[in-house]
Amino acid sequence: MPTIYIDSKPYEALAGKNLLETCLGLGIDLPYFCWHPALGSVGACRQCAVKVFKDAQDGTGRLVMSCMEMVKEGMRASVSDKDAVAFRAQVIEWLMTNHPHDCPVCDEGGSCHLQDMTVMTGHDYRRFRYKKRTYENQNLGPFLHHEMNRCIQCYRCVRFYHDYAGGKDLGVFAAHNHVYFGRETSGILESPFSGNLVEVCPTGVFTDKLLKEHYTRKWDLASAPSICQHCSLGCNIFTGERYGRLRQITNRYNSEVNGYFLCDKGRFGYAFVNDVNRVTRPLLRNQTIEAVDEAPLMKTLREMLSGEELIGIGSPRASIESNFSLIQLVGRDNFYQGLPEYPAYLSGKVAELVQSGALYVPSLKEIEASDAVLVLGEDIWNTAPVMALAVRQAVVRTAAAQAGKQSGLPAWHDLAVKEATQEKKGFLANLTVCPSPLDEEAAFSLRRAPDTIARLGFAIAHAIDPSLPSLPDISTAMRSIVNSIAGALRSAQHPVIISGVSCYNEGLIKAACTIAAALHTIGLRAGVAYVLPECNSMGLALLHAPSFDNATARVLSKPGVTAIILEADIYRTVAEKEADAFFDACKHIIVLDSMHNRTTQKAHALLPAAAFAETDGTIINYEARAQQYFQVLAPQQDIRASWKWLGKLKGLRAAAGNGQQVHPDEILQQLEQALPAFKGISRVAPSPDFRVHGQPIPRDPQRYSGRTAILANLTVSEPRPPQDTDSPLAFSMEGYPGIPPPALIPFYWAPGWNSNQSVSKYQQEPGGALRDGDPGVLLSGQAVLRLTGEEKPTAPPLFMDIPEAFEAREDRWLLLPQVHLFGSDELSSYTPGIRRLAPQPYIGLGEADATALGVIEGDDIFVWLEGKACSFPLAIRKGLCPGITLLPMGIPGIPVPQWGSWVKITLSEDAEEIRCPSKIF
Amino acid sequence: MVQFSDEKLKKVNEIVGRYPEGKQKSALLPVLHLAQEEFGGWLSVETMDYVATLLKLEPIEVYEVATFYSMYNLKPVGRYMFEVCQTGPCMLRGSDDIIDYIKKKLGIGVGETTPDGLFTLKTVECLGACGYAPMMQLGKHFREHLTPEKVDQIIEECRRTAAANN
Ligand code: SF4
Ligand code: SF4
Ligand code: FES
Ligand code: FES
Repeated sequence: MPTIYIDSKPYEALAGKNLLETCLGLGIDLPYFCWHPALGSVGACRQCAVKVFKDAQDGTGRLVMSCMEMVKEGMRASVSDKDAVAFRAQVIEWLMTNHPHDCPVCDEGGSCHLQDMTVMTGHDYRRFRYKKRTYENQNLGPFLHHEMNRCIQCYRCVRFYHDYAGGKDLGVFAAHNHVYFGRETSGILESPFSGNLVEVCPTGVFTDKLLKEHYTRKWDLASAPSICQHCSLGCNIFTGERYGRLRQITNRYNSEVNGYFLCDKGRFGYAFVNDVNRVTRPLLRNQTIEAVDEAPLMKTLREMLSGEELIGIGSPRASIESNFSLIQLVGRDNFYQGLPEYPAYLSGKVAELVQSGALYVPSLKEIEASDAVLVLGEDIWNTAPVMALAVRQAVVRTAAAQAGKQSGLPAWHDLAVKEATQEKKGFLANLTVCPSPLDEEAAFSLRRAPDTIARLGFAIAHAIDPSLPSLPDISTAMRSIVNSIAGALRSAQHPVIISGVSCYNEGLIKAACTIAAALHTIGLRAGVAYVLPECNSMGLALLHAPSFDNATARVLSKPGVTAIILEADIYRTVAEKEADAFFDACKHIIVLDSMHNRTTQKAHALLPAAAFAETDGTIINYEARAQQYFQVLAPQQDIRASWKWLGKLKGLRAAAGNGQQVHPDEILQQLEQALPAFKGISRVAPSPDFRVHGQPIPRDPQRYSGRTAILANLTVSEPRPPQDTDSPLAFSMEGYPGIPPPALIPFYWAPGWNSNQSVSKYQQEPGGALRDGDPGVLLSGQAVLRLTGEEKPTAPPLFMDIPEAFEAREDRWLLLPQVHLFGSDELSSYTPGIRRLAPQPYIGLGEADATALGVIEGDDIFVWLEGKACSFPLAIRKGLCPGITLLPMGIPGIPVPQWGSWVKITLSEDAEEIRCPSKIF
Repeated sequence: MVQFSDEKLKKVNEIVGRYPEGKQKSALLPVLHLAQEEFGGWLSVETMDYVATLLKLEPIEVYEVATFYSMYNLKPVGRYMFEVCQTGPCMLRGSDDIIDYIKKKLGIGVGETTPDGLFTLKTVECLGACGYAPMMQLGKHFREHLTPEKVDQIIEECRRTAAANN
């Protein structure tokens, strides 16, 4: 470690870092704009100037940009040098000449990097008294508000949007002091990562439009650490509350998971929490709302539970605490998943592989650092957006950094590295059913049927390890692609294979694993990531419960069962007929959910369940990483966490009385005792009695205003704030003011750093892990795998059952779901902006099939689901292979079909079956 | 429709050919100049989109570049463009007065074109002819040591040429 001298004081520093990040890491405040830990340095804004000196004798020194200066042994620099101070003051004064100084009406105010830097630099008096330039703003769609006058030309927005995320429709126009950052014309920003501009832009040019609808300054928000609920990646988020409503979601840094960025579904998909469709009171069938008081409710519930046979249906979007509480209530043998047989089987298969520890499941950060990525089937752009962003970094930046290294450039030197890299890219092969924006970065992108992709996977495995079965019938052209992919994986240091369950194809899962096994034989440890559909799909799968089909068979064979359905709309996953059959056969139906839906309509007793922002819970992501989210809203009316309701029900069943109130950490302890797959989960976060110097962690910032007046319209006395006995966090501004353990950080703030850039104060070094380590724990096999480390990696299992090649059928199409980032997910679709971006129902066919049928885009055609013809417009899917049809998943208006089955498509409702004339080659 | 003649297309290919394979974006500036010359002295969105297709770029990439440089006109311009220098040396020698004089005389502001489509007034930064300040560029020529009388003469001369060529 080199020793460097800053203002004559010696510090230990990391060689190869730049001086700016080094200073920030050492806790020395230094203003900056254009540098961003994830985007690197370009030395454009000139705000981070410091002086460096030749040696101890050099009294003059020279001004340099600290973000462009590499740390070297014996380096001498001065932050407080008066020339440097004057230079920085002048820079900010210039940047501010055109700035409108409209902080009072700016949404960024109070969490603004520009405010922070201006104060830090000491620019407090405006000398420029001329006209400021002004711009016309653009309407950028439902998520982002645009106010160009506030721009200080740091170029971070385009560097994120275009360079980092690959977006094409945000650019920089013109020159001098009329530089413009925006689209060519008003219009919805296309990138699903656009919301990050809110945090990337250091000023109020891009602000959160959803927040604007119920605006609150950061200092007035009660915040809590939370986890995104909208896919299986488990990105870390902050939730912000005021006046009992969820008002904002921002990024919570976790170096292993999401780093600095979220997708727009995660950032804006929270409106359901505040929606009028919430279940807020318990309801009993055929009784008025008013009639359902605690006493009659308990009486009815007791009747439903007593003596009857109970079954429980677990949920992939409920916490593991709630799912396990349900198991405790009904017994393990009576616990099922709300999924049909095949998808339940697939998730179970994935869980088994992940849990065994035979597969190394890479974190998003590890995917980002991979030098060869193979995607087998999964459309990760739509099913795991931030993973797609990570893959993009693996291709564009990691490879770039390597190229840079060869020319002796540090990775942070953004422009120089780009120059050195030119068009060089890391390796990505994207083998999917439909085209994806990732194809652009891919060395190979192929459109095939899932079975064919799985076969290619096995062929790749064979090309790596010839002792594995070969596939003789692969064409020469294909063989050369297979060999190239195999070659790239073999010669990589950190190969990663990504697959998932959204193709409803087991072959893909096995092929991914088999490739890893083949790479193992040549001493390479490949990462294998399987994407699952929901935020806690992995948690539910690790419980290895039987499918919904089994539950139905059970209630049909033995009437008189009371079913308890946990936070899931069965009608979204199971075909209507089957769901109806199940509900009709149950004697009593108790449903716990946060939103009214078709399943809650079936309830005999409906219990209002807390949404993720109203309770604490743990969910488990695709890597078997358990992460805890914490409550930020005190639940309204009768809303309670599902695990609390279930605890109550347990009490009712056990004996007379109400049952004992349990804490979530006790549930986790019981869980890990009962099921070894969850070993370690109780360490996910400090327990409720955790205190620092006897104090809890406050959710409210110290500048929180209106504490005594906030309820003045209801009561003039200041009521006691809600008490949180479930976690170490307090609904208060009182408590430990310092940095809490990583899992409990409720927001980022440091003196002089009001914006989220203050995260660097919480990190071991900028862009590194949080102090005391990133929150979350890896479970069972994945934890063990990391402990045993490189020395003795286990061999991933080999599969030999290669599927048959896909063949289009004469008169039927293979029905597959198309997941849409916006629209396929149940809860996020309550956000009006997300609904607006969701597709209308359609039937997707490849070009060849459309031509053969003689139909064009938009023509109404019919797909036969469950014996009924459903008409939707045709959407031609470029490259989709003949013999496959796609329906958008989870879009209202489309009955839930049996995915992966073969369906009929006709041109009219009563048409004779028409033949599918195009055959796959 | 915007479309280069075969001869101009050959020129485009020649320009693109100066750069390595896949680096056709490098040809953007000269091709835009060519397009500006060819299609009425300015770059319409249609023209820029055409250039984007020719060079296999996203239209937005062309807009970014075209808006950056002051020598690309993004609005229709007159047949004669007065590009008056307003940088320090010319300013000290009275470029402000010259600009005001042209404004009054032609009844247009900076960046505007006379209704007859003959004249456009534009201000520019130093053209490297400070020794002859105040000065302006008209077409491919410098007009130097400007005075109101000289401006009158130039305007007269332009009107005459225009009339003769019509
Ligand atoms: S819009 Fe924001 S991020 Fe973009 S250049 Fe301006 S200040 Fe920087
Ligand atoms: S990628 Fe998934 S977990 Fe991350 S923010 Fe988006 S929806 Fe949420
Ligand atoms: S942060 Fe160093 S020049 Fe902008
Ligand atoms: S200042 Fe006008 S030509 Fe140089």
